[in-house]
Amino acid sequence: MKLPKISGFQWFVHLASWVPLVWLIIDFFRGNLTVNPIQALTLRTGKYALIFLILSLACTPLNTVFGFHKALKVRRALGLYAFLYASFHFLVFIGLDYQFDPDLLLEAIFEKKYALVGFSAFIILLPLAITSTRGWMKRLGRNWTRIHRLIYLAGVLVVIHYVWLVKSDIRVPLLYGAVVLGLLAARIPPIRRSLSQIRQHRIIKANRLSLLTNRKGPIKPAKENLIHSK
Amino acid sequence: MFKTRPSEITPESMYLSRREFLKGFGVLAASSMILAACKGKEPSPASTSEGSSSTGASADELGDPWTSYEAITNYNNYYEFSTDKEAVAKLSGDFQTTPWKVTVGGLVNQPKTYDVDELVRKFTQQERIYRLRCVEAWSMVIPWMGFPLAELLKEVQPSADAKYVRFETLYDPQQMPGQKSKWYNWPYVEGLRIDEAMHDLAILATGLYGKPLPPQDGAPIRLVVPWKYGFKSIKSIVKIDLVAEMPVSLWMAAAPNEYGFYSNVNPQVDHPRWSQSSERRIGELNRRPTLMFNGYEEEVAHLYAGMDLRENY
Repeated sequence: MKLPKISGFQWFVHLASWVPLVWLIIDFFRGNLTVNPIQALTLRTGKYALIFLILSLACTPLNTVFGFHKALKVRRALGLYAFLYASFHFLVFIGLDYQFDPDLLLEAIFEKKYALVGFSAFIILLPLAITSTRGWMKRLGRNWTRIHRLIYLAGVLVVIHYVWLVKSDIRVPLLYGAVVLGLLAARIPPIRRSLSQIRQHRIIKANRLSLLTNRKGPIKPAKENLIHSK
Repeated sequence: MFKTRPSEITPESMYLSRREFLKGFGVLAASSMILAACKGKEPSPASTSEGSSSTGASADELGDPWTSYEAITNYNNYYEFSTDKEAVAKLSGDFQTTPWKVTVGGLVNQPKTYDVDELVRKFTQQERIYRLRCVEAWSMVIPWMGFPLAELLKEVQPSADAKYVRFETLYDPQQMPGQKSKWYNWPYVEGLRIDEAMHDLAILATGLYGKPLPPQDGAPIRLVVPWKYGFKSIKSIVKIDLVAEMPVSLWMAAAPNEYGFYSNVNPQVDHPRWSQSSERRIGELNRRPTLMFNGYEEEVAHLYAGMDLRENY
C-alpha cells in the first residue's frame, strides 16, 4: 500500500494536537490541577474538545475565504482530535467524577439538561469518528457527506452545553458560540458564494498587481472555488 | 441546639497559634479562648485526648478531617478579585484590611460603626469547625475563628419591625479588580432572615486555622452560615443593616430563577441546571452524598418548619 505523502503543515497540526494532552499530563503529575483536580480535568478536556471542534469547522471557510486549501487536508484529523478530547472529557466525567455510579450518572446525565446536551453531542461524534476512514467513505458514498454534516449539530449542542453549565457570566461561552455560528453561517450557500466572490476579486486584484510589478506569478484560486464557481 | 462533640475540641498547637493571633489583636482574656466551638461548656481533658486519638487528626463532629490550610487559602470563589479560584490568593495579596470599619444600622435602636479590632476584642473569639458546601458541588471542613452574629445584633438592639439582616461587601474596584466587571451588580449583597441571623451557628469569622483571616477568605471579617451554600457567607463586610423587607442578594439579582434568598443546602432541591445531591470534599476522590442543611439539620430545621423548601429555595 502506498503511504500518503504527509506535508510539513500536516505534521505540524498532528504534533500540535497532542500538546494539550501532554500539558495536561504534566500538570497532573506536578499537582497543577488545583485542589479539585477532577473538576479541572473535566473543564480542560471539555475546553480542548470544543476548540478542536471549532478548528475542524474552520477548515472549509479558511479555504473558501482565504484560499488556504492546506486546511482541507487536516480537517478530518482535527475532527478526530475533537473526538479524542471529547472522549477524555466524557470518561473523566463518568469514570473519575462519578466512579461509574449508575444512579448518580443517570441522574446527572438525564435529569440535567446541560449534561444531556453534552452527552448528545458526544453520541453524535461517536459514529462520525468511526466512519471517518476511507473505507467507510467509500461504503457510504454520498451518504457519508450527509451523515458528517451532523457535526454542525454537535457544534451547536456543545455551545449550549457550555452556556448552560456556567454559573452566571455567559459571555465567554457566547463568544465561542458566535465563532461556531459564524463558521456554520459561512457554509450557507448564498453566504459561501459571496465569501468566495470576495476571494475571487482579491485574486483578480492581486494578479493585476503582480502583472504590474511583475514580482510573483498569479495566485491560484482555492480548490473549492474551482469546483463550485460557475 | 449546637452540641460539641469530642472531635471538635481544639488541639494544643491550635490554642497556641490562636493565642498568638489574639495577642496580635491585644486580647488578654486567655481563659475564654480555651473554649473552642462550644458555648458555655467546658471540655474535659479526657474528651480532648479522645478526640485526637479517635481520628488521628483534627476533624469535624462527623469525624471528617479539616481541609488543608493550603486548599482553604488557594481555592477561593471570590469574584471581587477573580472568577479564577486559584488567582484570588495572589490578586488579593495587597488587600488593605486595616483600618476597617463595619457600620451596623438600619432598624436598630443603637446604630454604631465598629472598628474590626474593637469587635474582636469585644466578643470572645471562638473556634467553630464547619463544613462549607459550595453551590458548585464541592465542600471543605474549615476551622473558623469568630463570634456569633447574634451577639453583635443584640448589642445594636434591632427594633420590632426589623425582619431581615442585609450585609454588604466593600466596594473598591481599585483594590478589587473583579468589581470592574459590569456583569454583576456590585457591591456584593447578602441577607438572612432575622431568626436565621440570631441562630448560634451563624458567626462573623475573623480567622481560620488559628490565624487571622487571609484576604482571599474574606478578611478582615466575613459571615459564615454553615447550613447554606457558600455564597451566602459574604466576605469583607463593611455594612450590616437591619431591614423590614427581604434584601435582594447579588446572586438573586444575577439569576433570580436559579438563586433564591434562602439557598439552604438541600440535596433534594437541585439547582435548575445541575444536581445538588452529591458533592466532592476537597482532598477526596469519591463523591459523597450531600446532607440536608449540610449536616446541621438537627440544629436549624426548626427555622423552616412548615415552609416549602422547593418553593423557598
